[in-house]
Amino acid sequence: MADIETTDLKRTALYDLHVAHGGKIVPFAGYEMPVQFEGVKVEHLWTREKAGLFDVSHMGPCFLTLDDTSLTGDEAHKAISKIMEELVPSSIRVLKRGKGRLTVLLNEDGGILDDLIITRPELEELQGTLYIVVNGAVKDQDWALFEEKFAGRATLHRHDHRVLFALQGPQAVDVLKSYFRGCEDMTFMESRHMFWKEARCAVTRCGYTGEDGFEVLVDAEPGRALVEALLTHSRVKPIGLGARDSLRLEAGLCLYGHDMDANRTPVEADLQWVIQKSRRTRADFPGAAKILDQYTNGAAEKRVGIQPLGRAPAREGVEIQIDGTRIGTVTSGGFGPSVEKPVAMGYVASAHTEPGTKIDLIIRGKAHPAEIAALPFVQPNYKR
Amino acid sequence: MTTKFTEDHEWVAVEGDIATVGITKYAADALGDVVFVEVPDVGASFAKGDDMAVVESVKAASDVYAPISGEVTEANGALADAPETVNEAPEAAGWFAKLKLANASELDGLMDAAAYKTFCDGL
Repeated sequence: MADIETTDLKRTALYDLHVAHGGKIVPFAGYEMPVQFEGVKVEHLWTREKAGLFDVSHMGPCFLTLDDTSLTGDEAHKAISKIMEELVPSSIRVLKRGKGRLTVLLNEDGGILDDLIITRPELEELQGTLYIVVNGAVKDQDWALFEEKFAGRATLHRHDHRVLFALQGPQAVDVLKSYFRGCEDMTFMESRHMFWKEARCAVTRCGYTGEDGFEVLVDAEPGRALVEALLTHSRVKPIGLGARDSLRLEAGLCLYGHDMDANRTPVEADLQWVIQKSRRTRADFPGAAKILDQYTNGAAEKRVGIQPLGRAPAREGVEIQIDGTRIGTVTSGGFGPSVEKPVAMGYVASAHTEPGTKIDLIIRGKAHPAEIAALPFVQPNYKR
Repeated sequence: MTTKFTEDHEWVAVEGDIATVGITKYAADALGDVVFVEVPDVGASFAKGDDMAVVESVKAASDVYAPISGEVTEANGALADAPETVNEAPEAAGWFAKLKLANASELDGLMDAAAYKTFCDGL
C-alpha cells in the first residue's frame, strides 16, 4: 500500500519542547519547526535585550576528516584545508586552532551553492578534521557534493541527528558560563570542545542575529536536557523562525535561497570579504576568473540595504525603480522591530548602490519612496 | 445594529445601509503584531470577495477581502499611523472601512456571532 498520508517532514530532537512551550509549528527546510512562541516582535526584542534560544538542529553540522591518517597536527590541517579550499574561496589553512570563518560554497560559474561556517577544531586529535555547518535547506546537496568531490581523500560525517542550538543576545554569555566554564573568555568565531556533565559539546561563539552569542552542538539526549535547563532561566526565552528572520535582516545577514543563490557570485552578494588575498592571488577556486574580474572591475548588480521611507514593508520580489525604470529587485524585506521601521535588502544595478540614493519600491502597483541604505540596520554586538 | 462574520475572519457591522468592516480578534491574534495597514480609497467599489485592503504583520502581508459588495464611504485613516490599533481593538477602533451596501441580501449568507464562534472553535 502506498503511504500517501505520510509526509516527509522531519522533527528535531527539540520538537516536543517547542510544542510544550507553545510554539506554532510550520514546515521549514523539510522539518516541522516553530515559527513563533509568544510573537515575533516580543521574541525579536527579547533577543536584542536578553537571551533568545533558537533550535537550529535542522541545519547541517558535519565533520570532514582527512583519510590520510599518517599526517598529524598542522600538516594534517593543511592537507584537509587544501581539499576543502577546492570548493570555497576563503583561506582555511590559515585558520588558527579553535577558530572558524564564514565562507561560501561555489559552483564552476562562481555562483553561491551555500554559505557555511568552517572551523578548525582546537583539539590535537582533531587536526585533519574540519567542523562545518551548512544550511538545512541545501544540506543533502552540499554533502553529496563533498562526498563526490572528496572521495578517497576525505570522509564526511553527518551530525544532523544531534541537537544544534543557538543562545543569542547580550545576556547569553552570562547564562551560558555557568554551564560551560570559560566560554566567557572566547571571542567571536572561536570554537572549543567543552563538557556539560558527561556530554561532549562543540561550543562556538557565533550566531546569525547580529548579537553576541553561542552555538552548541551536542548529542540529542543531553541536548534536550541542556536546552530544558537553559529555558528555566528568567533571562532565556525560546525564539521561533519568524524572529530569527527579522533579527538577521536587521543585522544585514543574507538568507540563502533569497539574498543569494547559485546565480549570484560572492562579489554580487557583497560578500567579497570572504575571499582572502592569498586566494585571490592563487585564483584557484571555482569560478575564479569571473569572480576576480568582478572583484576588480565591478559586477553588474550588487546586494544593498534598502530603507523604505514610509510604513509599508517591501517583501521579496518587489520591483525597485528609479524614474519609472527598473533597476533591481527586493530579495528580503519586512519590518524591523528594533529599528521600528520596515527594512529590506535587494539587488540593484551597480550604478545605484550608493547609500542615500533615492529609489521607488513598487508595492501592489504603487510606487513607495525608499533609499539605498548602508548595512547593517543595527550595529552588531560581537565579542571581538 | 447587527454584526455578521465571514469565514475569512472579517466582521461586518450594519446600520441602515452602511456596513463597517474590519478583521476579527481571531484574525488579529493569528496575524500577530500588525505593522502596516492599507485601507481602500473613498469612492472605490468592490464586489464581494475582491481584495479590499492589506494588513501586514512582522511575518507577512495578508489580503483583506470585501465581505460584501459596496462602495467605500469612509476609510479608517488613523490606521496609517497607528496600525497596532488592529491588535488592540480589532472589532472597534481597528475598523478598516465603511461601505454603502450594494446588495443587502448578501448579509444573509454570513454568520452571526454564535455561528462564527462555533466556526473558530472548529479550526
